[in-house]
Amino acid sequence: MSLPADNRKFKAASRRELLKLLPLAALGAFAVPKFQEPLLKKGLAFSDWMSDKFFRSHHLAPTFKASDLTPVDKFYVNTFDVDDPEVDLDRWSLAVSGEVQKPGTYNLAAIKALPKFAQNTRHICVEGWDVIGRFGGARLADFLAMVGADPHARFITVECADSYYESVDMATALHPQSLMCYEMYDQPLTRKHGAPLRLRMPTKIGYKQAKYLTTLTVSNVLSKVGYWEDQGYSEFYSI
Amino acid sequence: MKTKTIRIEDEKSGTTTAVYEHPYIVRLCHWANTISLFVLIGSGLQIFRAFPSFGSKVPQTNLIDWPRSLAIGGWLGGALQWHLTFMWIYLATGVIYLGYQLFSGHYRQVLFTHRDFAGVWPMVRRYFFFGPKPQQREAYNALQKQAYTTVVILGVLSVLTGFAIWKPVQLSGLAWVMGGFHWARLWHFLIMIAIALFILGHLVMVALHGWQNFVSMLTGWKKDPEYLSE
Repeated sequence: MSLPADNRKFKAASRRELLKLLPLAALGAFAVPKFQEPLLKKGLAFSDWMSDKFFRSHHLAPTFKASDLTPVDKFYVNTFDVDDPEVDLDRWSLAVSGEVQKPGTYNLAAIKALPKFAQNTRHICVEGWDVIGRFGGARLADFLAMVGADPHARFITVECADSYYESVDMATALHPQSLMCYEMYDQPLTRKHGAPLRLRMPTKIGYKQAKYLTTLTVSNVLSKVGYWEDQGYSEFYSI
Repeated sequence: MKTKTIRIEDEKSGTTTAVYEHPYIVRLCHWANTISLFVLIGSGLQIFRAFPSFGSKVPQTNLIDWPRSLAIGGWLGGALQWHLTFMWIYLATGVIYLGYQLFSGHYRQVLFTHRDFAGVWPMVRRYFFFGPKPQQREAYNALQKQAYTTVVILGVLSVLTGFAIWKPVQLSGLAWVMGGFHWARLWHFLIMIAIALFILGHLVMVALHGWQNFVSMLTGWKKDPEYLSE
């Protein structure tokens, strides 16, 4: 290219250089309605795959001083269906099934018999706001050990009294800060916060923290992921 | 710095010079980045609409109500799909660009260094106070270098603040450096504003006297550059 060129040759060379940018037109596929949804689905799946790489089993979520806590009356509540699905707290039990040695129903006393942990952690909503709350309960890992869950199974699925449902990968379920939460601010879980039992995993986004648990299944396949995930939200969404 | 220059013989206009200013990778990254930024800013505005505040949720004070027409994705979930898809394209483009600039040495054309300090004031005087036109000796003047260097730093910061928001637990150290989750979110937003202002200025400059620059970002070649005419 260092040789003198005539104008015609220069124009031809310029045109070739311009045409070399054509591969960028492939990004235009995102603007085609037919391809848009599958492409974005792939993009989100890639992002979830990367998210999985970021997850470290022994990395603890930051914990906070009591003075950092969001006052309980300013703890925002996002409900899915109803404010209170009117769970009969006296007769409540959790139905456990799937890849477990001891399937069956477990009442709150059985869960409370496990060692209790309380931690001040940040709850982040996918919308972008967050609150710092005090959550107490049994480690999900301890509960899974008690029911004899196969630790090599891939997923935990829960169903809720308000017909919400969620799933969690086993690595997150076994994380030391993942709780089956029955207390907030050292008081029994209130109805609007998911009484009598909810999930509380500080390594996950808000919509993963299912309330009013009624069933828990250990499995290797998911027929459905979670209420919001099935609308198009990230499946893994660890934070 | 060595630049690829050719002489062009033309019957009508005689001999002219052309310089190969922008290598292929740089041009590819420039336009890929144009698309990514468009999508990321648009979907980012839609994500922001879900909680248009930097304060507490209760009581919530909404700062800015972005018009829906500027936003991409339709709803929060849709916008997140766009954002989480294009952030990887944006990141890959940035890594390829920086890697190429570094290893090819081409960054010297655009990186603002201490040698460019002297050229800043004459250009400010020229642009803002109708001062005399300083003689241009290289592809970019001091202010251009300063702008392009700054926007690359902003690009890196946009990725870092974005990761701090996406992974405030796994990357808790990164979020901490930014002053925590709230600040990371605010920084991410302010950096977007700064990049948007750069784009605005960039477009104004291209519209005012940038046809040759625009062509060279497409083909790589710039005809009769001012800085080569004696």
